[in-house]
Amino acid sequence: MFSSSYKGRLMPVLLASAALALGGAIALPSFAAPDRGQEYFPLQSYRVGPYAAGGTGFFGGFIDYMNLINMRDGGVNGVKLTWNECETEYEVERGVECYERMKTQGNPGPAAMNPLSVGIAYALLDRSTSDKIPLITINHGRTDTTDGAVFPYIFPLLLNPWSEASAMVNYVAQRDGGLDKLRGRKIVVLYHGSPYGRETIPIFALLSQKYGFEVTEIEVPHPGNQQQSQWLQIQRIAPEFVILRGWGVMNPVALKTAQQVGFPADHIIGNIWSNSEEDVRPAGAAAVGYIALTDHPSGTEFPVVQEIIKTVYGANKGNLDDKSRIGSGYHTLGIINGILNVEALRIAQQHFGDKALSGEQVQWGFDHLDLDDKRIAELGATGLLPPIHVTCADHEGAGAVKFQQWDGQRWVTKTGWIQADRKLLRPLIEASANKYAAEHHITPRNCAKTS
Amino acid sequence: MSFFVDVLVGGLLSGVMYSLVALGFVLIYKTSGVLNFAQGAMVLFAALTFVSLTEHKLPFAVSLLVTLAIMVALGWLIERFVLKPLVNQSSITLFMATLGLSYVIEGAAQLLWGTEVHGLDLGIPDTPMQFGSVAISEFDLVAALIAATMVAALTLFFRTTRTGLAFRAVADDQLAAIAVGLRLSHVWAIAWALAGVVALVAGLLWGARLGVQFSLSTVVLKALPVLVLGGFDSIAGAIVGGLLIGAIEKSAEVYIGPFVGGGTEGWIAYVVALGFLLVRPAGLFGQRELVRA
Repeated sequence: MFSSSYKGRLMPVLLASAALALGGAIALPSFAAPDRGQEYFPLQSYRVGPYAAGGTGFFGGFIDYMNLINMRDGGVNGVKLTWNECETEYEVERGVECYERMKTQGNPGPAAMNPLSVGIAYALLDRSTSDKIPLITINHGRTDTTDGAVFPYIFPLLLNPWSEASAMVNYVAQRDGGLDKLRGRKIVVLYHGSPYGRETIPIFALLSQKYGFEVTEIEVPHPGNQQQSQWLQIQRIAPEFVILRGWGVMNPVALKTAQQVGFPADHIIGNIWSNSEEDVRPAGAAAVGYIALTDHPSGTEFPVVQEIIKTVYGANKGNLDDKSRIGSGYHTLGIINGILNVEALRIAQQHFGDKALSGEQVQWGFDHLDLDDKRIAELGATGLLPPIHVTCADHEGAGAVKFQQWDGQRWVTKTGWIQADRKLLRPLIEASANKYAAEHHITPRNCAKTS
Repeated sequence: MSFFVDVLVGGLLSGVMYSLVALGFVLIYKTSGVLNFAQGAMVLFAALTFVSLTEHKLPFAVSLLVTLAIMVALGWLIERFVLKPLVNQSSITLFMATLGLSYVIEGAAQLLWGTEVHGLDLGIPDTPMQFGSVAISEFDLVAALIAATMVAALTLFFRTTRTGLAFRAVADDQLAAIAVGLRLSHVWAIAWALAGVVALVAGLLWGARLGVQFSLSTVVLKALPVLVLGGFDSIAGAIVGGLLIGAIEKSAEVYIGPFVGGGTEGWIAYVVALGFLLVRPAGLFGQRELVRA
């Protein structure tokens, strides 16, 4: 009855459960001390609980990339990468507890925190700043943390929620033949009933005013396993497009309920947390034709993914037990997160020397993270992530996305990189960040003077 | 008007899905007075076991039979190793035991079968069928039919079989049932095994709708207001309560939601249940306890 993969699958869950039973106790770092020290990446992961599918994929990809760097390159300029995991089950209080336990680990301390949770990230905003540990919220988090003058240690890398909203509207316009064609159109935004889901309400309202389309924003209560009334409302409104800002079970249920009321899947556009294989497979045929935004396309054809398969999985050190998940959306996002963390460390080493660095020093690396097409090609990640240019003032650094369509088996990329309207958004981000600074008595950095 | 009928019918049919979970609660409560908080975890365990077996290339019917056997065994084991040692303990102790049990079952399900999300196709189309101006999902109709069949079967079982009669005797007065020679543990073991079967049916239908994943265990939360409305010890109450909760929450979401910022589905059922507790604590069909002063 049990397949050969049973033991392999059992092990990480067993370890996670054991860690949980010990109250999140932390194992020793995974590697022996090398000549130039070790750079420590604490992982507040979630391998059990309602969002385990996302957690295992993302943290699996992150660990696979760090393993690749250690096995292929001997670390980053001789500095081995180490990590350990603390199970959060995606719960904020556990995430904070893990943070407190892990922040004193490693020598010279953690390089960065990567909790992959809006709730945990919100809870750590002030702590990570006062502890001088970079907090990475790739593709999520609080939008105004993009303003690095106010939030020097928070990095919503690649795509913040407002850029996501803007890029989605730009895509609809492109599909319709231009921004001027949006006037009079009806768009419904179906969002998850959580701070994450509500983050974009003002931006869609603003974009609808600017471009003249009619927007209706409908909330789906957490966790989203009943949506009939929302979709009946959508049926009555009869919009041209539905923008789906889902998470977890809400995504397949949205697609199935859309099918029930006869709304076409190819007029539903999913956001960055509605774009994985795990979101569409449970919906079966109802998901065929569904379109979702991404900045981390799925696939194993990218050279860096091939190297991970060959070097890491070839040595039987891959983190995913189910190898069919290699190159899935969550896994590639984890690999990209690994690339960004490692490159930030590499850039910081150019400034501070080839040694293990503190969180404060690695923050400098993130503040100067600059990956152009050439560097991305050298990393074997062409097409996997857009060029990113982070500065003291701009902690997002990119804001470009592609759109992909589910064909029933896999995602097929339909567009090149589409940009958000960052000029429109920037003043709003600064206004919100400055308000936060005033409320919390923060003196923003002068980015003109920061080297 | 047609839109209102759409909303109402949709609500009633989604309420049937809640009733399926509530039925498992009723079976246990009726015979042992225990509010089995682990019913949601049993739903998850059943669906995950079934889908994992089918993914291991076992035929549909074989997977169903094996899962059925596993759920019956699970129910029996729970009675034998958790509840039996706790006989004569207070209700809150038994409730806490099932609460702990729910975590153990959830953990065991993920430990055995992994944490990935699985699709489950039962071969029932989830597409709209037109009945005049009202569109109804074929899947919802089949679910309603299954729920009706289960209620009929359970009612017949309770009314016409010796075991069913024993169930009713135990539900009525445990001490009297023991006095006339009924084996309490035997009745409870059968009740838990039946709850396992109900969990399997609910798990398959909910799993086909949501995908088989951890969130299945949270559907238990919507069964609680259903039980408050219908009564914790009434099979008919589980159905009527489910229909009412489904209709109320869908109508509220559509007609009240826009005025209060949406998201009423998350809490309206509990507000209704609270109101019911204040005016009719035993629910619509629940047995009222008379206590001699």
